[in-house]
Amino acid sequence: MENLNLILPEIFISLSIMFLLILGVFKNDSSKITFNLSLFAILITTIITINETYAATRETLFNESVVIDNMSSLMKIITLIGGFLVLVISSTYLKTFKIYNIEYPVLILSSILGMMVMISSNDLIVFYMGLELQSLALYVLATYNRDELKSSEAGLKYFVLSALSSGLLLYGCSLVYGFSGSTNFDIISNQLNSEEYFLTFGIVFILVGLAFKISAVPFHMWAPDVYEGSPTTVTLFFTIVPKVAALTVFIRFLYVPFLNLIDQWQMIIVFLSIASMVFGAVAAIGQTNIKRLVAYSSIGHIGYTLAGLATASNEGIQSSIIYISIYVLMNLALFSCLLMLRRKDQYYEDIDDLSGLSKNHPLLSLCLLLILFSLAGIPPLAGFFAKFYVFKAVLEQSMYFLAIVGLLSTVIAAFYYLRIIKIMYFDKEKDKYDTDHSLWLKFSLSFSTILILFYFIFPSQLIEVVSRINII
Amino acid sequence: MNFPILSSLILLPIVGALFLFFTKDKEGNNLTAKYVALFTTVVNFLISIYLWISFDQSTSSFQFVEDRTWIEGFINYKVGVDGISILFIILTTFITPLCIISVNNSVKNRLRDFLIAILIMESFMIGVFCALDLVVFYLFFEAGLIPMFLIIGIWGGSRRVYSAFKFFLYTLLGSVLMLVAIISIYWITGTTDVVQLYEIGIDVKYQNLLWLAFFSSFAVKTPMWPVHTWLPDAHVEAPTAGSVLLAAILLKMAGYGFIRFSLGLFPVASEVFTPLIYTLSVIAIIFTSLIALMQEDMKKLIAYSSVAHMGFVTLGIFTLQQQGIEGSIIQMISHGLVSAALFLTVGVVYDRMHSRLISTYGGLVSVIPKYSILFMLFALASLGLPGTSGFIGEFLILMGAFKDNFLVAVIASIGVILGAAYILWLYKRVVFGKLINEDLKKMLDLNRSEYFILSSLAAPILFFGFYPDPLINTIEVSVTDLINTHNTNIASK
Repeated sequence: MENLNLILPEIFISLSIMFLLILGVFKNDSSKITFNLSLFAILITTIITINETYAATRETLFNESVVIDNMSSLMKIITLIGGFLVLVISSTYLKTFKIYNIEYPVLILSSILGMMVMISSNDLIVFYMGLELQSLALYVLATYNRDELKSSEAGLKYFVLSALSSGLLLYGCSLVYGFSGSTNFDIISNQLNSEEYFLTFGIVFILVGLAFKISAVPFHMWAPDVYEGSPTTVTLFFTIVPKVAALTVFIRFLYVPFLNLIDQWQMIIVFLSIASMVFGAVAAIGQTNIKRLVAYSSIGHIGYTLAGLATASNEGIQSSIIYISIYVLMNLALFSCLLMLRRKDQYYEDIDDLSGLSKNHPLLSLCLLLILFSLAGIPPLAGFFAKFYVFKAVLEQSMYFLAIVGLLSTVIAAFYYLRIIKIMYFDKEKDKYDTDHSLWLKFSLSFSTILILFYFIFPSQLIEVVSRINII
Repeated sequence: MNFPILSSLILLPIVGALFLFFTKDKEGNNLTAKYVALFTTVVNFLISIYLWISFDQSTSSFQFVEDRTWIEGFINYKVGVDGISILFIILTTFITPLCIISVNNSVKNRLRDFLIAILIMESFMIGVFCALDLVVFYLFFEAGLIPMFLIIGIWGGSRRVYSAFKFFLYTLLGSVLMLVAIISIYWITGTTDVVQLYEIGIDVKYQNLLWLAFFSSFAVKTPMWPVHTWLPDAHVEAPTAGSVLLAAILLKMAGYGFIRFSLGLFPVASEVFTPLIYTLSVIAIIFTSLIALMQEDMKKLIAYSSVAHMGFVTLGIFTLQQQGIEGSIIQMISHGLVSAALFLTVGVVYDRMHSRLISTYGGLVSVIPKYSILFMLFALASLGLPGTSGFIGEFLILMGAFKDNFLVAVIASIGVILGAAYILWLYKRVVFGKLINEDLKKMLDLNRSEYFILSSLAAPILFFGFYPDPLINTIEVSVTDLINTHNTNIASK
């Protein structure tokens, strides 16, 4: 008998989804209660995850198709906390656009479920199932503000391109299956024969599909449009939660079945990383919409995360995980600021709307200042340490070119972050924004900003948590 | 464990800044905020004086060392001072209160925020000078960009945005390579602790590249020709207090870095690249002196003179002679005082006339005599007249240079003449001559606070000019030890 306790979080969250759907159908005006219950469900799932799996050593279930280890539980916790915070700060925004419906929390829950399956997967089929579950939920979320033209466009674009990439991914999976005889990661890794050309093709196809999901250059084209068009809270969700899941799968793919083929994929990852870092930095310069800018900046940040992956060492993987956690924190803080730019039921998302913010809202702009400097990687803020660990790992492998290009692109990237700061601090002020924000929004902003600011006092804690993750 | 005096020096300004942050901001002249900031910095100054008094001059090892685990098994928070760094700390704590007194007229809006920025800046600068771990050093070195960017950008002049960006991006670009070098050092030697690195030494085959990476950062910050172009822009646009901090202390970070890291960690590479430094320094001295001659804007002229003076500093450091390095340190301290004083004197007339153009002025001596006397003192100190601190530094540097390379020393000496030319010409055009501009007649002489600031800068300039022993005694043992270690390192490789 399998030890079902280990997948209790997934079981619980699926039951909650079904319950919430039924509740939503049979009860009138149930949006508020669904919202609160789904928050509650995420909270409980988090607790279960911590309780059941956090201390566990590596264990597998269902013919080794699901794996529970340190990495999966940590990433699930990050995913769940990210999802919780997104959900909790979206209510005001959704009410403003009159899309405060039961579907929103349910969709978010199902995509989280998909991601949890992805994170735990140790088998191509399980992985693909999780991926599709989260993607389908995300397509709908992108178009969630369906009366907006842009939102529908975003959803459609995302759907078409994402389906294409899923196709590529599936094709890659079938090639790998064909040449290794199994869909299980562990078995694949034993059966691999690096002489086989088509296996390399399979890996490349899978990598392309995954690169699309985390929007690494050159498979990033969808990101700016989708990020801009989707409702802001959904954009926030897009920029943080799916990336955590996709990164985990990336790590598992590269380091469990294909570790022996490192010569084949290392160059690809290095290329993806360099291209994303440079392109993310350069392309963001000309943007005027904050959400588009965030899209490019997140492309850049994914580049840094991939730089850690390219090292083929445990330190590299750990540094990538640290990077993505700090990145989640920074993006959460950034979007909390963005959601505060509200005046008379209208949200503002152009960079020029920030003009002179520091005069009217000194505290908000101070937070934003810290967040932006942190994103730019200026010490002593958290963002610096994230980059620092990544480049430490990269330099351990003597990959100087990658490190130098990466650091130079931080200088380019610093320019557009500075530009926002310039607009906030040096330009003329505009009208005041509303200040009656929900408590949760204030909480998430102050909480994340304080973490970003004071991370440097206790940097060891995060490292300690992550250092238990040893994949290789 | 003794009282953590260095950490308290670093933390006190931050505490002051936090305190200010929670006070209410008032429009106009916010006296409370000013007194709080002033109190903090004066206390900091007193602590640093106590540090100097209890400092043991007979040893070159680091004192007041604090060593705490920071990132498990990787970085320790380690600070300490030796004869070289202690003077810079005192310079920092001495200049900052003067800056705060001087903000009276130059900063019109958001005084409280300005003071917060200055206090945070002070804390980072002290951190740079006492960090004994490369990563800690880098953190402080880079973190200083944030407050300075805001100081230039928010309270600067008309082209402030351009200057702030240029300042930030230039220095950031310079420093990222240093970060690569620091991490590489960690992987090569297994530590980033400076004291340990001095003992272990770094393999010769890595030294050249690492040296260049550090150089790229320090050269931008010094600034050396040809990457000096951010400095005039930043100086011209920054408010007076910002220019003072920039010229007096920020530029010294790089000179200090050259001595502590480039010389200390990479002795072989330092020998290899001495010709490069010589060339760049000599070009900086001659070329920027000539540029300074042509300036119409007083602040810009002083900014270029800073580049020339820092050229002397780098020249002196890489003579690798006792006199040269001592001269460089004294020149940096002296330049810290003199350039601060010159920027403040420009600030005084700018506050009254709102013009920095030399052509606006002329004949000031008959209108504001007190000002003219102090201005003369600083001008003479800048050109290195015997009896001022500027002389000691320049003289020692040239002495060291003559020992090492005759030609370079001769060319650098020409720079001294040019230095006299531009500063005296500036003085002549501003203070002497006919009083043509009628508006100037209404100018008031120094008020009490300005008088206080300028005379408290004049006092050490004269004092150390006649009696440099306190400075030389403090640095002597450390520098001798540095040279000895350097020579044994070279001999053994």
